[in-house]
Amino acid sequence: MNDHHRQDRGDDAPPATSKQRDDALDEVAGGAVEPKGDSLTGRTVTINRPRAEVYAYWRDFATLPTFMDNVERVDRIDEKRSHWVVKAPAGRTVEWDSVITEEREGETIAWASTEGADVPNSGRIDFRDAPGGRGTQVTATIVYDPPAGAVGKLIAKIFQREPAIQARRDLRRFKQLMETGEIATAARTRKQFEEEA
Amino acid sequence: MRALTWHGKHDVRVETVDDPEILNPRDAIIRVTSTAICGSDLHLYDGYIPTMRKGDILGHEFMGEVVETGSGSTLEKGQRVVVPFTIACGGCFHCSKHQYSACDNGNPADNQDIAMELYGQPMSGLFGYSHMTGGYAGGQAEYVRVPFSDVGPIVVPDGIDDDEVLFLSDILPTGWMAAENAQIEPGDTVAIWGCGPVGLFAVQSAMLMGAERVIAIDHFPRRLELARRFGAETINFEETRTYEALMEMTGGIGPDAVIDAVGLEAHGFFVDNVIDQIKASTFLGTDRTHAIRQAIVACRKGGRVSMPAVYGGMVDKFPLGALMEKGLTLKTGQTHVQHYMPGLLSAVMEGKIDTTFLISHRLPLERAPDGYRMFHDDQDEVTKVVLKPGMH
Repeated sequence: MNDHHRQDRGDDAPPATSKQRDDALDEVAGGAVEPKGDSLTGRTVTINRPRAEVYAYWRDFATLPTFMDNVERVDRIDEKRSHWVVKAPAGRTVEWDSVITEEREGETIAWASTEGADVPNSGRIDFRDAPGGRGTQVTATIVYDPPAGAVGKLIAKIFQREPAIQARRDLRRFKQLMETGEIATAARTRKQFEEEA
Repeated sequence: MRALTWHGKHDVRVETVDDPEILNPRDAIIRVTSTAICGSDLHLYDGYIPTMRKGDILGHEFMGEVVETGSGSTLEKGQRVVVPFTIACGGCFHCSKHQYSACDNGNPADNQDIAMELYGQPMSGLFGYSHMTGGYAGGQAEYVRVPFSDVGPIVVPDGIDDDEVLFLSDILPTGWMAAENAQIEPGDTVAIWGCGPVGLFAVQSAMLMGAERVIAIDHFPRRLELARRFGAETINFEETRTYEALMEMTGGIGPDAVIDAVGLEAHGFFVDNVIDQIKASTFLGTDRTHAIRQAIVACRKGGRVSMPAVYGGMVDKFPLGALMEKGLTLKTGQTHVQHYMPGLLSAVMEGKIDTTFLISHRLPLERAPDGYRMFHDDQDEVTKVVLKPGMH
């Protein structure tokens, strides 16, 4: 259960589905992020695998680039810290260090980028048992704070407009990997496959 | 390899393209021995289906020999297999319910967005049927990469001819599911719109499921004759007022169950149809729907509507009032091919279902564009075109 679901709102829907985008952002980020359009993303996917298995795969951050399309690599610094290298437009990359701010085995992983991040961001992944024995519900809630200026505009292009689509696709790939052991591709040849990647 | 590729409305070509390769552990490569042109391929040929790209390889009804396997495939080189047109993973919730065409994972992540926008949730991947359904290369080719080959393809024994089992890939299970969705009870009269391959298999299936009467509706004499061969009574809608005939033939009750095996390119010059045609050609609406309207109106009170026919988009002038007021049940969907294959293979081998009657033309793959033209232009004479990549 996400503790922040019901503050100041009249229903039980997740904050990322609120029509009042700025209020929802406030609710999730606690006023730490200035609202700039679509800087809150939330997505849930149901995965037909046990919660412990799904959680364990995610907690090993180094494997995340397998299904996160725009993440080039994640290097482990220590138990709580990792370094992220993420693709940006025009062949650039953006980088930041991320620290785990909250962790409950099998339930929640929350993180925040540290001071000096190219794109300040924070978020949480919640894992719940799906009703009816359907496996695990994985909810990703991501807040990011795109920088200003010309580079900021480029970055915003992927981080402000596309993140909802990116999160949706990444979660689908994660689901495919967990449920089928592979990520579906329609490529016919190795060459096409590599062009897609 | 050689493959039939799509280049636009009424423009398909046989070209040389790179051979497929194993890309994922559960893949297999199939050397195609037989592949058919489906009525729904004509929707692509006529340019009715969005998200097609030049060079796409068509074909979703195919079978052949396993020539290569990934480490996770359960198939063995040399086995003969029929491949379902639906690409399903076997591991998601829907596959566990045998709702294979609703598989969550058969469609690659990036290609699910369009279907998500259109339909609310994306469906499974399909072979050779636009990028909305995955963008997979199809089976009208010498070789095909088959994903999730441990779940989909069914192995067929050596003694049985391709022509007898090829249709397990789509139209036979589709006709069978259409009849199953009609929830036939003993004593029922079932009316079937469209005597194409799916309609004709639905006729056979409905009979096997215990329908007392089947009434088949079309305007192609040869197709009506085929329906009659399997025990159906017939209505030629060019000569007869269909609704009135159905009411009279059922003693004023209407058919207990109706099956629309026509779909989005219903023929015939009826007012609603002409409006749809204008709209479709101006992209205001994509579906022409005379058959389903008539089926709903003709169906008896409390009856069942089964809709195997392919629809893709929005329609208006849909008789929602008749559906509600008469308390009809509507069942539809892309076929859960994997679910039906084993039982239907047995039925074919035991001689309960005739499949080869359908094939009117066998052509080499090189002549596939002729096959499309013939199938498109003469649906009376050309009931089914099977392409044989090995034939010269």
